Amino acid sequence: MLNNITMGQYYPVDSKVHRLDPRVKLILTIVFIVTVFMARTFLGYAVILGFVWLTSRLANVPFRMLLRGLKPLRLIIILTFLLNLFFTTGETVWVEFWGIRITQEGFMQAAFYSLRLIFLVIGTSLLTLTTSPVALSDGIEILLSPLKVIHFPAHELAMMMTIALRFIPTLLEETDKIMKAQMARGADFESGNLLSRAKAMVPLLVPLFVSAFRRAGDLAMAMESRCYHGGEGRTRLRVLKITRNDWIACGAVAALLALIILEGIIF
Amino acid sequence: MHSDTRVQLNDVSYSYEEQATPALSGVSAVIQPGEFVAVLGHNGSGKSTMAKLLNALYVPTEGNVLVCGYDTREEKYVWEIRQRAGMIFQNPDNQIVATVVKEDVAFGLENLGVPTEEMLPRIESALSAVRMSKYADKAPHLLSGGQKQRVAIAGILAMEPSVIIADEATAMLDPSGRKEVLDTIRTLNRQKGITVVWITHFMEEAAQADRVLVVTDGQIRLEGTPAEVFDRVDEMREMHLDVPHMTALAGELRAEGMPLKPGILTVDEFVEEVERLCPLKSAT
Repeated sequence: MLNNITMGQYYPVDSKVHRLDPRVKLILTIVFIVTVFMARTFLGYAVILGFVWLTSRLANVPFRMLLRGLKPLRLIIILTFLLNLFFTTGETVWVEFWGIRITQEGFMQAAFYSLRLIFLVIGTSLLTLTTSPVALSDGIEILLSPLKVIHFPAHELAMMMTIALRFIPTLLEETDKIMKAQMARGADFESGNLLSRAKAMVPLLVPLFVSAFRRAGDLAMAMESRCYHGGEGRTRLRVLKITRNDWIACGAVAALLALIILEGIIF
Repeated sequence: MHSDTRVQLNDVSYSYEEQATPALSGVSAVIQPGEFVAVLGHNGSGKSTMAKLLNALYVPTEGNVLVCGYDTREEKYVWEIRQRAGMIFQNPDNQIVATVVKEDVAFGLENLGVPTEEMLPRIESALSAVRMSKYADKAPHLLSGGQKQRVAIAGILAMEPSVIIADEATAMLDPSGRKEVLDTIRTLNRQKGITVVWITHFMEEAAQADRVLVVTDGQIRLEGTPAEVFDRVDEMREMHLDVPHMTALAGELRAEGMPLKPGILTVDEFVEEVERLCPLKSAT
């Protein structure tokens, strides 16, 4: 499974963290998110930082890979920081200009909330960096399968994810082909303002959609001819097994949660 | 029930809902175990419809289709039929489901509910039969067209079918890919005795079959060994089908009075026949 191509964020190395059961990792990530929300002080964050750093070391994932996940969210983080900085009322005024005052309380709160966001992103990045998309969809399918009782399509959802992953490279290749074909006939995808560039995409998207639908029809027929009839009575090639390491990971996260709760009580 | 025949079509007709003329009308054919039968026809002749009828993807509007003795009209046999009659499609990309080769081979087994411990050996032997073992952990989009089709064949093979139906499986491949896939299928046919229904519009491929069925306008017009079929040059031309170049040439020479024997398909056969008729004077 690790020979799988890099897709999304997945960082394909082998480690104890990578080998954890995806179900366990999914649940632990949720617990981690709760933990981040429960932290009350910067000391708590220091503990969480230590935990994240240790996990990234165990996972053989460089810490900067974790920080890279912050990039697309940097605007939101900065905005959170600034809004809290400017609009929190407090006693200790640091600077005052144009009727806005920056207080010490405001600064603390701004730092606190932006750190919370940062930890949430880093925590979930740890999951996506160490779990291949295929394993992830497996984990999601099994975790959601109790919901089948209320007719939630857990298997179908996972199958859709798998097929989407399978066809991303194929469709990318096709996009490239169509783009080159259009460029050869004088299409211009690069110059002009945003609007004209968006317009130039139309002759690219139309054939892409048409072909995607044709592919979907073909694939459905191929799946049926190979006896696909939904999730019922289906066995799996990959069987997920909880190992000792999974229990250790659970223990570690539980310890973290306990520490943070304790910190909330003491301080 | 004639379960001793692999595939049997009894006076089969099929019409698509939106079309007035039937895609197939009154087709009857019997395919024996272990046979390699080519179904030859140009686009829109009904040959692809015929393929889909053999896998219970379509159910005949009239007549019936028996696959290993199971009637495709009976809905309860649908999975039995599809397990026994595996199908390979034209587009290599659009029939691979999983993101890893061996998982794609497992797809059919998972659907059949085969226990996990049994899967791995079956996947391995299927992949080795198509000589793709070393690609087991690769992502399918990194493979060539011919390799993808071989993975598709392995996916069918793992389900242990009696019949493989290839619906223009080589139409989208380059010449070397085409040879790769046809050779694989021929080996499976010879070594494992799997019956093959090879649907194609390439004469050269049909020439390699045990028997050729020529389909035009939804009917089987000609039937026989490749040599028999291709010798009827005029009839083939009438149906807008080509014959192999050497067969055509032999036919024309025969019309001019040269006593060439019938059934010449390849250059080698042609040369041999010409040499027989006019032995070369020994070179000086």
